[in-house]
Amino acid sequence: MASKPRNSINYGEFTITLLIRTAGYISVLFVLLISLFLIREAVPAFIKIPADSLFNTRWYPIEGMYGILPLLTGSLTITIGASLIAIPLGLLTAVYISEIAPPWTKEILKPLVEILAGIPSVVLGFLGILVLSPFLRETFNLPTGLTALTGSILLGWAAIPTIVSVSEDALNTVPASYREASLALGCTRWQTIWGVAVPSARSGIITAIMLGVGRVIGETMTVMMVTGNAPTMPDGLRTIILPIRTMTATIASEMGEVANGSDHYQVLFLIGLILFIFSLVINVIAFQISSRRIKRSERLLS
Amino acid sequence: MDSKFDSSNARKHEKIGFAALTALSTLTVLPIIAILIYIVIQGLPTVTWEFLSQFPSDGMRAGGIYPAIVGTFYLTIGTALFSIPPGIAAAIYLSEYAPDNRLTRIIRIAMINLAGIPSVVYGLFGLGVFVIFLQFGTSILAASLTLSIMTLPVIISTSEEAIRAVPQSFRLISISVGATKWETIRKIVLPQSLPGIITGIILGLQRAAGETAPILFTGAAFFLPQMPQSPLDATMALPYHLYVISTQVPGMPIQIQYGTVLVLLGFVLSMEILATVIRSRARARRKW
Repeated sequence: MASKPRNSINYGEFTITLLIRTAGYISVLFVLLISLFLIREAVPAFIKIPADSLFNTRWYPIEGMYGILPLLTGSLTITIGASLIAIPLGLLTAVYISEIAPPWTKEILKPLVEILAGIPSVVLGFLGILVLSPFLRETFNLPTGLTALTGSILLGWAAIPTIVSVSEDALNTVPASYREASLALGCTRWQTIWGVAVPSARSGIITAIMLGVGRVIGETMTVMMVTGNAPTMPDGLRTIILPIRTMTATIASEMGEVANGSDHYQVLFLIGLILFIFSLVINVIAFQISSRRIKRSERLLS
Repeated sequence: MDSKFDSSNARKHEKIGFAALTALSTLTVLPIIAILIYIVIQGLPTVTWEFLSQFPSDGMRAGGIYPAIVGTFYLTIGTALFSIPPGIAAAIYLSEYAPDNRLTRIIRIAMINLAGIPSVVYGLFGLGVFVIFLQFGTSILAASLTLSIMTLPVIISTSEEAIRAVPQSFRLISISVGATKWETIRKIVLPQSLPGIITGIILGLQRAAGETAPILFTGAAFFLPQMPQSPLDATMALPYHLYVISTQVPGMPIQIQYGTVLVLLGFVLSMEILATVIRSRARARRKW
């Protein structure tokens, strides 16, 4: 009886469903496009520039020297430095917010951490130039305040919101009964936190750390503005108070001036491809770890 | 007796531990307040109507930041246009249609990867595809498209979460009175999850508005004597302008820099606050 209008709706329904189904795969499409494109632009660099020249310690593009080692070690230095700051501070803050803080403190701390996450990286770089680097230069009596240390402090701090929010989520999903059992056995809350809650949230905490580290490696504007941009090889522990340069900063500062399709252009895409692969590896591992956790909690919910 | 089980000792440990964590968290978070206050104090005297409505002059060492403000506006609107429709559609697919299988798992891995790609790599991609290959040139169009891809995972994951939060019984009732699946989504599921979706959209756009690296080589201009005339023109933008005046212009008056930071932070943080308000009001009003 009502089959006629129903049919016309079904026609529209068919189109819309098709659109939705297509859109579902849009993320896969873009990841594929980005990887294909980076590979297409980067591979000629491998063919044209000999490997011993690429994996060399000198980055002087003007003279055709494309040694990417100083950039790799620069990124590594910043990542280690920032992680040493972000991981302990981030985790302890998450433990405090989730396990210890009274509700009113939580209400203040959580939005503040979100605000930190929302501060654009160029603003952090600006503060680094104007406030942090003069302070470090005078405190440690350095020739320049634009060093790996400046970058590490700012990036470490910038990575804290990621670590706090992901590990706080993980701590919140630990069932209350675990803690109650521990408290009922006479453990203090402090013992319960470190003996029960944190170990149970382990996989989420590891995910948090990995995502935080991923954020540090990919950070561009802050490092470009505050690390001095000198492509030098590390020099023992002193590296931390010397200017360095990361892979991201190299792309950002040089891509604007190169000719399309030149050697320099292709090497910059190669660096981009390396960064892409790093983030791919980190995120896939983080996903594998956290999806195990999701499966467990989904079973509990269903 | 083992000291681990000696309760007075354990209580003492607990007290010291709690105090230490309280102090540490405060020290982590306190600089955020300090920075915000400092920027407001330093920047506020500069932010006058003239500063907001005039072009930069004297090699950007004087005048206002009007074209950068409008440029960031254009980029944000462009990003919204390109990221919202596919983002919501993808979220609907993931929450309402996607079966629990290997393909869906691949979509989720792809989304997480998309969210983790360094912003400068998006810039490279945008340069290669939109600027050079599709010949949009360095333009608002190319920059908006680049920013949209970066914003997609944020919109998809927050919208999916909002859509999933709608109780299953709502859908079943709608289907049982004869509505089709799409009618159910359009008339029941989407209206119910709208506040959550809007929150996600604002958070995604907020991130895009503050980004510099993706627009460096896709659409940002160092200085323009006039406003962009079409989506195919390059534009000035607040974050890039801040980068330029804090690193590329010698003898830049510090007050203009602080004024620009204040405007950028105001723009970005007010979006964040708006998102938070919408979310908490919707939660308070929710009847399920």
